[in-house]
Amino acid sequence: MAKQPFEEKKKNDSGNSKEDAIEAMATVIEPLPNAMFRVELENKHQVLAHVSGKMRKNFIRILAGDKVAVELSPYDLKRGRIVYRYK
Amino acid sequence: MYRAGQVVHEVLNKLRAEVKPGVTTMDLEKIAEGIIAARPGKAAFKGYRGYPCVLCTSVNSEIVHGIPSPKRKLREGDVVSIDFGMEVDGYYGDSAVTVPVGKISPELQKLLDVTRESLDRAIDKMRPGNRLGDVGHAVQSWVEQHGFSVVREFVGHGIGTRMHDEPNLPNYGEPGRGARLQEGMVIAVEPMVNAGRPEVQMHGEWVAETADGSPSAHFEHTVAVTANGPWILTRPKEMTGPSW
Repeated sequence: MAKQPFEEKKKNDSGNSKEDAIEAMATVIEPLPNAMFRVELENKHQVLAHVSGKMRKNFIRILAGDKVAVELSPYDLKRGRIVYRYK
Repeated sequence: MYRAGQVVHEVLNKLRAEVKPGVTTMDLEKIAEGIIAARPGKAAFKGYRGYPCVLCTSVNSEIVHGIPSPKRKLREGDVVSIDFGMEVDGYYGDSAVTVPVGKISPELQKLLDVTRESLDRAIDKMRPGNRLGDVGHAVQSWVEQHGFSVVREFVGHGIGTRMHDEPNLPNYGEPGRGARLQEGMVIAVEPMVNAGRPEVQMHGEWVAETADGSPSAHFEHTVAVTANGPWILTRPKEMTGPSW
């Protein structure tokens, strides 16, 4: 039976942490140093979130009070990544 | 591994004689099951990553991993690749042969001959000190000089206590590149050759077909690298001459 050399790789991809993230809506409460923000989720939980690399690259500024989309790590629900700022 | 290889050889040889117009690929599967039941060990493919059968039967434009079916009747002029593996006492053997159904066209016969010859040429490179690229190049150069193409999506593989082990052995390559072969290594060498373009079209998780619908051939042996040269484990030791 022939082997598919990429079959192992496929497995790793599905274990990619970026794809496992949980998305949620949030409001920015306060900006913190190092491009970190304290945001409040719709369920009132407060998490520490950084700005995604793609947003930094495109100079999307984030201020207190902005509505944003965050992705939460399934490993640490106290931390997240801001992936979108709503206008 | 030699014992596993002998069962594989026996099954493939019997099936080869059973291939004729009107036989379904499921008939072949049943015959194989009958032989295995009376032998030590078990079929290696069934249950491997969820594969449902003991055989892979790939007809015409199917390259590899065709699943036997009672609806797939072989017709005069078809070619069918039969791929089979056994596990005996924890060691694997894996081999395949492409068989003509009745009389086939001269073009198809040439495809089979070239593919079989490319396997022979690859096996001849399975010597200590050679590199994987030498083996792949032996297949690729022979196949392409006859106007056929080599499938890239599937590769030969190391084999031993697991069916698919390291290293991968692509059927293409540059001489002098890749890992060096050492005495004691065992690799399943399996050129897959398309009459047309090399691209592959997958149907579901298993069945691989040529994207352009051209026929495809597949020959395989489990080969050990020894100080005395290559040793084909999936046929009797006494046998010499062409691999299939």
